[in-house]
Amino acid sequence: MIYQEEHLELQRSVKKFVDNEINPHVEEWEEAGIFPAHELFAKMGKQGWLGINKPEEYGGLGLDYTFQLAFAEAIDNIQCGSLPMAIGVQTDMATPALAAHGSDELRKEFLAPAIAGEQVACIGVSEPGAGSDVAAIRTTARRDGDDYVINGGKMWITNGTQADWMCMLAVTGDSNESPWKNKSLIVVPLDSKGVTIARKLDKLGMRSSDTAQLFFEDVRVPVRYRIGEEGMGFILQMLQFQEERLWGAATSMTGMDRAIEATIEYTRERKTFGQPIIDNQSVHFRLAELKTEVEALRSMVYRAGRDYADGNDVTMLASMAKLKGGRLMREVTDSCLQYYGGMGFMNETPITRAFRDGRLMSIGGGAYEIMLGIICKFMDILPKRK
Amino acid sequence: MKLMVSVKRVVDYNVRIQVKPDGSGVVTDGVKMSMNPFDEIAMEEALRIKEAGNAEEIIAVTIGEQKAQEQLRTALAMGADRAIHVEVDEDIQPLTAARVLKALADKEQPGMVLLGKQAIDDDQGQTGQMLAALWDRPQATFASKVDLDGQKAKVTREVDAGLETIEVDLPAVVTTDLRLNEPRYVKLPDIMKAKKKPIDTTSLADLGVEAAPGLKVTNTAPPPERQGGKKVESVDELVSELKNRGLI
Repeated sequence: MIYQEEHLELQRSVKKFVDNEINPHVEEWEEAGIFPAHELFAKMGKQGWLGINKPEEYGGLGLDYTFQLAFAEAIDNIQCGSLPMAIGVQTDMATPALAAHGSDELRKEFLAPAIAGEQVACIGVSEPGAGSDVAAIRTTARRDGDDYVINGGKMWITNGTQADWMCMLAVTGDSNESPWKNKSLIVVPLDSKGVTIARKLDKLGMRSSDTAQLFFEDVRVPVRYRIGEEGMGFILQMLQFQEERLWGAATSMTGMDRAIEATIEYTRERKTFGQPIIDNQSVHFRLAELKTEVEALRSMVYRAGRDYADGNDVTMLASMAKLKGGRLMREVTDSCLQYYGGMGFMNETPITRAFRDGRLMSIGGGAYEIMLGIICKFMDILPKRK
Repeated sequence: MKLMVSVKRVVDYNVRIQVKPDGSGVVTDGVKMSMNPFDEIAMEEALRIKEAGNAEEIIAVTIGEQKAQEQLRTALAMGADRAIHVEVDEDIQPLTAARVLKALADKEQPGMVLLGKQAIDDDQGQTGQMLAALWDRPQATFASKVDLDGQKAKVTREVDAGLETIEVDLPAVVTTDLRLNEPRYVKLPDIMKAKKKPIDTTSLADLGVEAAPGLKVTNTAPPPERQGGKKVESVDELVSELKNRGLI
């Protein structure tokens, strides 16, 4: 167990907040296809939860990553996948590189308000022509005096219609250069001239989270808005992905526990052929199997979390955790849904939402195939480029 | 002035209670436990009194097993200054709890003892009143508003007929009702600070209290299962249906 009493106390407090301030609104937000990010994040910022492992100089709490992990597991008490994802974008996807490599000035201007919950952040990597294949992005940021001039578009941007700024990956170098060395991470305020939020996307799941397509036409931002060195963007994004992927895995487990618990309750009460459904060995054995898988995933996530908190690179374990978590979400929600029979196909049953929302984890933050590629690279079994 | 707040470890209000098959009680093994919600309100009220500058120190007290220290940690994280754990393994009944709190009140000399109006496990709602009697101090129960005025407290109470406002001399016992306040969410920095706050452990023997259970639970049974409902088409039908069943 990597949690001490303080971690558990944090989880109790988060759970209570989720029960009182979030869960009562989830139905309404799912229906609306959006949640009030500024309002909710301001409340969470006040609790210190948006900067748990961020530097204290910018309003963070400066705690180690295990506390962020404990927070992730507790926030997953929210009865949908959208909110944990949107919160994770703020804490673990759009801000880790800024926190670690941004200049003091940049961190004061953008990290501090994100931690306080006064500003909403989003991460801009994917494009219509490049999702998991990050090296293939085409949005450009050309130097013009003290500015970058940005042209291009970003796709599937979580928090995209509400965000105040984007942590954007853009090509700053020559297109002939190595695709790993010609990109930079840049903070782009989304009220800049030339930014168009083209549309809110209609999705299979994650319905209460707003997802947008954005276009950038001659958008000027100062060069000082760049995070880290020019040309280091791809590398920084790959490092930043560790937290994104760990967040994904960490916010899958409580939801899977909940799905299994709910299925136990339902199959205990629902009778077929004169006995509760759960009394079929195929059912209770299967539930035991799934529970075992979730605990195995939890152990992997804890190990990765501990290692990361100790300052190690956990790219391989984080990729494995996301791969396994994504697969398991599909397995658990599909198996559980099956035992609900007809009710499992009704939107009023929470398992349907878990089934829809859980599907994204195999795609977002790098698809399965990307995770496998990364793991292969660590194992040195990828075919050599000719 | 010092404030003393008693907090009890109970089965979390979200847990679906399961009765033990032998009827000896409810299942608590492996069940999520929390601070009694009414005690949390008492704790919050104490914090507000202190924050308004009307108290200097808040002492949280619990009587219970080793694990009840979790609830004291919660109280410390909310903002209590120190805590006292009266460690016991057996179930404690209201009179024993009141005797323990009386012994602690004698020792600590608080200006006010705050408790939840009842604990959600056994719903006895007696400890505060018994404490006031043993301590020979005024009591203001079911408080929905507490205002301090020097050596007096003006307390609004929720009673059947509505709201009643009384004035009590301090020190006094105040038991808290649901609508008194909304307890805060514990902040993470305060959780970290709570780690350094002291918890003193003591026992019934140390306090000179004997656990003399005067009540005996003979059986615990779940409420009857809900019967299937019936839909009616109109108010008339509803009224005649209720009449038929002798309900009106």
